[in-house]
Amino acid sequence: MTAQAAFAQSNKGCSDAPVLKERGQREVFCGLTGIVWLHRKIQDAFFLVVGSRTCAHLIQSAAGVMIFAEPRFATAIMEERDLAGLADANDELDRIVGQLLERRPDIKLLFLVGSCPSEVIKLDLSRSAERLSARHSPAVRVLNYSGSGIETTFTQGEDACLASLVPELALESADSDKSLLVVGALADVVEDQFRRLFDSLGIGPVAFLPPRRSSELPSVGPHTRYLLAQPFLGDTARALEERGAKRLNAPFPLGAEGTTAWLRAAADAWGIDGDRFEAVVEAPRTRARKALEPHRFRLANKRIFFFPDSQLEIPLARFVSSELGMNPLEVGTPYLHREHLGSELAQLRSDIVLSEGQDVEKQLDRCRTSSPDLVVCGLGLANPLEAEGIATKWSIELLFTPIQGYEQAGDLAELFARPLVRRTKLEV
Amino acid sequence: MQLTLWTYEGPPHVGAMRIATAMDRVHYVLHAPQGDTYADLLFTMIERRDQRPPVTYTTFQARDLGGDTAELFKTAAKEAFDRFQPEALMVGASCTAELIQDDPGGLAAALQLPVPVVPLELPAYQKKENWGAAETFYQMVRRCAASHMPAGDWQRPARDPGRQPRCNLLGPSALGFRHRDDVTEITRLLDALGIDVHVVAPLGARPVDLARLGEADFNVVLYPEIAKTAADWLARTFKQPATTVVPIGVGATEDFIREVAEIAEIDPTTALASHQSRLPWYSRSVDSTYLTGKRVFIFGDATHAIAAARIAKDELGFEVVGLGTYSREFARDVRAVAKELGLEPLITDEYLEVERAVADAAPELVLGTQMERHIAKRLGIPSAVISAPIHVQDFPARYAPQMGFEGANVIFDTWVHPLMMGLEEHLLGMFREDFEFHDGAAPSHLSHGGASEPISVEVPLEPSSNADVMPLWAEDAERELKKIPFFVRGKARRNTEAFATERGLTAITLETLYDAKAYYSR
Ligand code: SF4
Ligand code: SF4
Repeated sequence: MTAQAAFAQSNKGCSDAPVLKERGQREVFCGLTGIVWLHRKIQDAFFLVVGSRTCAHLIQSAAGVMIFAEPRFATAIMEERDLAGLADANDELDRIVGQLLERRPDIKLLFLVGSCPSEVIKLDLSRSAERLSARHSPAVRVLNYSGSGIETTFTQGEDACLASLVPELALESADSDKSLLVVGALADVVEDQFRRLFDSLGIGPVAFLPPRRSSELPSVGPHTRYLLAQPFLGDTARALEERGAKRLNAPFPLGAEGTTAWLRAAADAWGIDGDRFEAVVEAPRTRARKALEPHRFRLANKRIFFFPDSQLEIPLARFVSSELGMNPLEVGTPYLHREHLGSELAQLRSDIVLSEGQDVEKQLDRCRTSSPDLVVCGLGLANPLEAEGIATKWSIELLFTPIQGYEQAGDLAELFARPLVRRTKLEV
Repeated sequence: MQLTLWTYEGPPHVGAMRIATAMDRVHYVLHAPQGDTYADLLFTMIERRDQRPPVTYTTFQARDLGGDTAELFKTAAKEAFDRFQPEALMVGASCTAELIQDDPGGLAAALQLPVPVVPLELPAYQKKENWGAAETFYQMVRRCAASHMPAGDWQRPARDPGRQPRCNLLGPSALGFRHRDDVTEITRLLDALGIDVHVVAPLGARPVDLARLGEADFNVVLYPEIAKTAADWLARTFKQPATTVVPIGVGATEDFIREVAEIAEIDPTTALASHQSRLPWYSRSVDSTYLTGKRVFIFGDATHAIAAARIAKDELGFEVVGLGTYSREFARDVRAVAKELGLEPLITDEYLEVERAVADAAPELVLGTQMERHIAKRLGIPSAVISAPIHVQDFPARYAPQMGFEGANVIFDTWVHPLMMGLEEHLLGMFREDFEFHDGAAPSHLSHGGASEPISVEVPLEPSSNADVMPLWAEDAERELKKIPFFVRGKARRNTEAFATERGLTAITLETLYDAKAYYSR
């Protein structure tokens, strides 16, 4: 079955399925976590969290490795003096930013990232950003967004960051032709592959948000068509729409079929005919399908349970079910963005439990009862579940590893297969 | 505000989690936003625990702030109690909840639970992880032992001579550096002395065990950072003396035996005579000659840094060229030791400052936390980990205590191994003219992938203060310097530069190099 056919079926799948909404303990990182991959992506940007020791500890624990003595992120840790009003928080922030920029003349874009403490004490970082931008321009542009745990979960930090970039994008010139904007942080290698594919298809000009350098911010306007590369970009999409850009409705570029349908959405908008499209995607799609083959053999009919974490859960459930023949039991997501996930939901079987929000204890109960073969969950839950005899895949790896596009389809499947393969090897 | 890149300690509620996780049948309800649940992974991933920490987070959101976050807390506490049925409930707030002032202690008390509720007030904007652990342990001990408190003028009666002396082991906790193995080692040591271990806490203790602490004759404080506050209270309340020597290293272990024997009123002679550490002989054997005067930089929590300094100097014959700690609470002790060694102590929790100090001291071995291990790796210096903060690899599968005589064996191996590798590399380097070997090839143990250069620091470190008058190396002198084994090369470079600077030379020639060598070998 071709991708177009797969995604065109009018079967509504999970589109109207009831959603289990839960309120209880959420076992999810906050939006600050996005800094871990965003700072690698935008190479001249620095992320300054205005927060507490907890915030600093979270990023450090999520990043796990300390490859760089001076990473391009840091925390301005608020202390008693700042809270008691003994020190003016704005003066303090100005001092720290001054200190930082003096030390790092290579920084061209500075994000002030709000945290729970800065928001609870109502520190207005947008005004700070304006003030500091005025002071340090043109050398450095200062923006702000919230990565706080009271406002954002995990990947929403990227959404907030990208949304803060949208007002900075230049307006496309009035006579410009249609242009394509790919939105959502992708590994450089994936970005380059997509760029080549769009070139061969004759789709262009193509730009990516976020760019690798702040000087390469794309322009935007009514002629901009954008494709979401990540499923968690609700605010960014809204901001782009306000600038006149239009979203190309598509699933997400995961797996051979997901990638094909995603590219197809752009090809349709550019009026590329079927033959040309086939000629371009045929070879990489075949490669991807071939790469999936051995994994499908291992994974078909295995039962999989997704804890809510990255908001990638629904597209991933679609990928593992339609391309690997796996059997999703429950698919949890921190937030369910129906519009952006429409074509993914339509592909899911209607008897799958969709859950939004979380009560981790109750969800663990459901998970145990449903006795899945594989559980996708965060780092806090993985080893305890393994100790109970349940195989797990850590969801954070799905964000730190390149998984999008044809050439990564096999790698993505391998991430799901590896824990199961490992179990068959161990004899202890 | 303080600009922070990497932190040595987490917030104080993480310290409380280390106590809750170490103990049995307690539960901690933490008023905190969802992101704070990251702390679970410290225990499940770094320590490879097979259970989630016994912590429930309320995970309030912005939309709850206008409404009733207090109600949310009560529901969470009630549900956690019903589900986990703990014997004691700890309640508290993380940094964000501290700002909204919901009073978790009062709210939990209102639930009228049938178990002790221990409210923890851990000021997140002033204090840090170790302080939080110490305060939590103290509060737990106080609360659980309260009903057994004797009158203020009570005096501890003399031990019935028919009964073996008994002590508590205080301080081992979750996420501690080798705590579990230290407990085993010290329990064996005490057993050999004829002393019973009554309660180990917090590691493995139930609230009812804390209630029995007063029954022991004295307390052994294994980790002052965590147990000192509680031990001081027990000394006042139950008139229990506490040990002050931490038994890390051969000398300290012997001192510890003497101290314990004195408190317990027993004779230490046999125990001291029969000690079985291989460190003294290994250190004296000729193979170890090359360890003499090795320049070592030490940084860690106060307990481990102080112990390391003594071992390095007295038991391995190293030269300690830097000593510091991030534990401000115990800075005084570290200052005292540094003074004895004639060093300026480094009391800081700023990572970059430590990195600078290491680079300036040009040591041949760095003993520190995981943070210093990374510094050393970048600078191409051998290193070993001696203190938290630690990483998954610091929880080895094998038995590897730091304390007691076996601990001293482990320490000898772990510190000397990276240096031995250095020697081996030099022997290989003697064949440098052979085509397989070239000077650019990094020692295999210093880098993961055999990269030819140590990973360089993103931004150059600030030049040392006298950089402007630093003499220049002539090409032939520089070439000659490269022929010197890399593990003494740093020292040779520093000595030569110091020699030249003192004499106001602007260039270092081959001549200067050898003049300096002669000067320093006098
Ligand atoms: S694996 Fe990475 S993070 Fe862990 S110790 Fe080695 S370098 Fe550090
Ligand atoms: S949840 Fe809030 S307080 Fe906790 S780390 Fe995230 S931003 Fe900081």
